[in-house]
Amino acid sequence: MHALRVYARLLVAGVRRQSSYPLATLAGLVANATFGLLKTGILLAAVGSAGGTLAGYDVGTMSAYVWLSQGLLGSVNLWGGSDMMQRIRSGDVAIDFLRPVDVQGAAIATDVGKGLFALLPRGLPSVLIGVLAVGVTMPATPGPYVLGVFSVLVGITVSHALVYLLAVTGFWLVETRGVTVLYMSVSGLFAGLFTPVWLFPDWLRTAAEATPFPSMMMYPIDVLTGRVTGADAVGVVGVQLAWLAGVLLLGHVLTRAGRRTLEVQGG
Amino acid sequence: MIIETTGLTREFRVRDGLRRRTVRAVDDLSLAVEAGESVGYIGANGAGKSTTIKMLVGILVPTAGEVRTCGLRPVRDRRDLARRIGVVFGQRSQLWWDLPVRESFEILATIHGLPAGEARARTAELVELLEMDDFLATPVRQVSLGQRMRAEIAAALLHRPDLLILDEPTIGLDVLSKQRLREFLVAERREHGTTLLLTTHDMGDIERLCDRVLVVDHGRLAYDGTLDGLARTVGAQRVLVVDLATPADDLTGIPDATHVRSEGGGLRQHLAFDAESTTAARVLAAVSESAEVRDLSIEEPEIEDVVRRLYAASR
Repeated sequence: MHALRVYARLLVAGVRRQSSYPLATLAGLVANATFGLLKTGILLAAVGSAGGTLAGYDVGTMSAYVWLSQGLLGSVNLWGGSDMMQRIRSGDVAIDFLRPVDVQGAAIATDVGKGLFALLPRGLPSVLIGVLAVGVTMPATPGPYVLGVFSVLVGITVSHALVYLLAVTGFWLVETRGVTVLYMSVSGLFAGLFTPVWLFPDWLRTAAEATPFPSMMMYPIDVLTGRVTGADAVGVVGVQLAWLAGVLLLGHVLTRAGRRTLEVQGG
Repeated sequence: MIIETTGLTREFRVRDGLRRRTVRAVDDLSLAVEAGESVGYIGANGAGKSTTIKMLVGILVPTAGEVRTCGLRPVRDRRDLARRIGVVFGQRSQLWWDLPVRESFEILATIHGLPAGEARARTAELVELLEMDDFLATPVRQVSLGQRMRAEIAAALLHRPDLLILDEPTIGLDVLSKQRLREFLVAERREHGTTLLLTTHDMGDIERLCDRVLVVDHGRLAYDGTLDGLARTVGAQRVLVVDLATPADDLTGIPDATHVRSEGGGLRQHLAFDAESTTAARVLAAVSESAEVRDLSIEEPEIEDVVRRLYAASR
């Protein structure tokens, strides 16, 4: 109970921290919308040239995919950097270990809080732009929304848990830029940022499905747009939760091991 | 014992060109601190102070030896220990950079599981004593260094720890801010009996705050005793600097004080005295009998100097 209250408080702290940078958020929204229009142009042209449907997407559902993926961009961490990465590099992580909380849980809770906040000024406006400028097809029943919101929450958490893993490699690697670049080069593609994973050739789609990346963005969008429904949708969320558990467990093990290698220089 | 180490040792592997060599930052250190004591832990840069503290609080794993803090094993019992100690690293912040100062206290109160009423009362107490009212609503990144340091100390004391560890708490502070912080710490210890372990380069911190001094050099304990005893051991002297109304001959006849040098044809004179045998007031009184004093200052012995002398004396 106590731990939950702490994580909730840190999540709120994350929300508050993000909300103290309104200009950065606005800049993010403008970038989101610009690239959203670009994606819309390309992907709707692809749907059109395929004769109106492509891998199960029509104009309305493809547009929904585009604007939901743009909307999640501020909340799901696809670029790999994090506060924790900085804190391990600078040695400030020592302060985190001086608190009676789980360091991994605290870091992820704060980042998820930031991600949730971004849904308001970046997520919702992105979707709104899509609705007004292009038009989107969304489910008419409440089921997909209920499960979809949960799925989005899990997706955001998976991304921050994964980025935490990159950060803790810093206990061993002096320079974490390499792993960040590696992450960035596959995360967007496999998470389904550029096109839906379902447009990939079979081998590439199989490769993507063998990673946690689709759980961050593709699966939540599938559930939210009703591309998967009922038991299938629950199964997809199950896959997300399994990835979350695996990534958290690995992060826990690496945190424990990394703490023993920690050498904090200076005062 | 609130702190107890036996044969505590920590080595670092350092790259030295192409080869790697081992540096022993803390070497077979055994020390004990009783609950309620106030201990200054001093030494030159790189002497092993911070490394020791990091092992005491469980951030750093010892290479060899035993360490118990509040009766716990710091690395293994990290979270239990964190509830019983408060730590301030002068160079690092434990506050949430982009949030108002007040919010850091709220978050820490939750982290420590303080009941709401207790958290409020304790925060109010610290806000009053450390005069933080003016900047409670200001984001941490916008407060001054002196204000931030007060907030850091409050953050470390919010959960009423048994042991407060301060690593260079007055670094970079102006005279007034230092003075306020010291007064607060004295009052806090009188009120709550908090054990204090302090590292500093400022002799004034030690003088005003600590009953006991540990000097570490090359990772080993070089002195353990009172500050007076340390001054006696090394013969470190304070220096009274007086500015006179009119130039005067060298003030050589002052009891228990030695004339060091004069400047400006005798307008400014430096007199060294041993704090053991006289006081600044008595030296000043004696000077005033033979010349009119317009201004004065007192130079404290530098910690580096004390440590250097300690080593020279032991060889």
